[in-house]
Amino acid sequence: MTMFSSRNWREYPQRYRLEASKFKKSGKTYFPPRDVDPETGDTEKETVILPDTGKIITYTVIRVAPGQWGDMSPYGLAVAELTDGTRLMAQVTDCDVEEIKIGMEVRIEFRRIQTESHEGVLSYGYKFVPKWY
Amino acid sequence: MREVCVVGVGMSQWGEIWRRSLRQLFVDAASDAIKSSGVDHLDGLYVGCMSSGLFVGQEHLGALMADYLGMRGLPACRVESACASGGMAVRSAFFEVASGASDIVMAAGVEKMTDCSGDDATYALATAADQEYEVFNGATFPGLYAMMAHAHMDRYGTTREMLSAVSVKNHKNGSMNPVAQYPFAITRETVENSVMVADPLRIMDCSPITDGAAAVIVTTEEIAKKLGKPYVKIIGSGVGTDTIQLCQRDDMTTIKAATIAFEKALKMSGKKLDDITFTEVHDCFTIAEIVVLESIGKYQPGEAGKAIVAGETALDGSFPVNTSGGLKSKGHPVGATGVAQVVEVYKQLTGQAEGDRQLKNSPKVGMAQNMGGSGASSVVHIMEVGS
Repeated sequence: MTMFSSRNWREYPQRYRLEASKFKKSGKTYFPPRDVDPETGDTEKETVILPDTGKIITYTVIRVAPGQWGDMSPYGLAVAELTDGTRLMAQVTDCDVEEIKIGMEVRIEFRRIQTESHEGVLSYGYKFVPKWY
Repeated sequence: MREVCVVGVGMSQWGEIWRRSLRQLFVDAASDAIKSSGVDHLDGLYVGCMSSGLFVGQEHLGALMADYLGMRGLPACRVESACASGGMAVRSAFFEVASGASDIVMAAGVEKMTDCSGDDATYALATAADQEYEVFNGATFPGLYAMMAHAHMDRYGTTREMLSAVSVKNHKNGSMNPVAQYPFAITRETVENSVMVADPLRIMDCSPITDGAAAVIVTTEEIAKKLGKPYVKIIGSGVGTDTIQLCQRDDMTTIKAATIAFEKALKMSGKKLDDITFTEVHDCFTIAEIVVLESIGKYQPGEAGKAIVAGETALDGSFPVNTSGGLKSKGHPVGATGVAQVVEVYKQLTGQAEGDRQLKNSPKVGMAQNMGGSGASSVVHIMEVGS
């Protein structure tokens, strides 16, 4: 599919800088950012930056994947809970996939994610790396 | 609301059906349903389909299917809720009849998934997840359910043996289903020696890519009686939704959308959980069957896997699950699955299930649970034998 660059740069604030929405009424932070607090319906919010460390709460190792992902497999994919309680999903890199486990401490780093669409737009974002690395 | 019944059902062959196109598969199932019900016309048509646009480049299925069924002019449209599209089509037909707006409505589902490459099919399926925050990062559907499985194993000690038991049971049931894609029994070793797709899920934990269609005729009890064919009543219909992103759910070991859908359907039906003696559930992956049985409250969290290993959900168990073979053995043409689940419950309640998979205890109340994405949407229907 053709992808206009607007679809990519629209996501830069969250993909590049981990910008999230913190709502006034509930004090809750959501990533990616939202316009409406799903719990209170509140629309008053401020932009906050997520912490860059957390630990893995579940994971998988993708061994069969389509297209360009197939060339990268096997790769780790995990959900991490960050130190402020927010969660996000990302690839786990810079370690052997067999080392990935629940409870593992990770740090978020800015990385190249994929080559998107027929135009081959280089897309960047975040990945998890082991905290000790 | 009026009482609503299912009076006729139809299925195409399921599998890799090279000789039949998207529209032909639909016509196979729809003609079957019309014939078995004996209705002489339809007042409306809902076609459940997840992604014909990506699979074969065809949208606008309402008009297309009405035309090819030989019913030009018929009010018709497509209904979409990812893999729960079929269940949503049944629900749309249910409310159209219940409201009194129409008397005879067809709910059908269809998907043609093998006219494109495996990569393209995987891409199409992945659009049921969050494109920008899951798929963008390399998530696949087996991957999402694998993460649920790891979380479930970590919290409840769910084992490889429990996952395998789901697959073995469903293949055994499916071996007795003449339209199933993979109608053969398998062993635990077959599952556990199969290729790892996304740890801990192996290929034999995953439902296949399938071409197929299913259709049911939904009407009033008065018309159903007049037609003189076996019929069942739809006594409860419920839908629930949740976050499309798996990681945004408080608890990744349960599917809240299924809980909501089930509770709504149960409330409408006036029945109790224990009145339901068998069910079809959305086993797109083996872990899904375990999680759904817990999410509807049939088993306590962490207990469903043990019950499946103990044989409680087998054909001769206390609560048979996926007598049709489920998505695993029967196949999973995504938009058709939810309708086919209703077809199976209809067959079991009217004593028409083929082969030895017909339940012996003359069941009175059964259920169909259909699900979209990694559990972001779910549709539940509860059905009871007609008088």
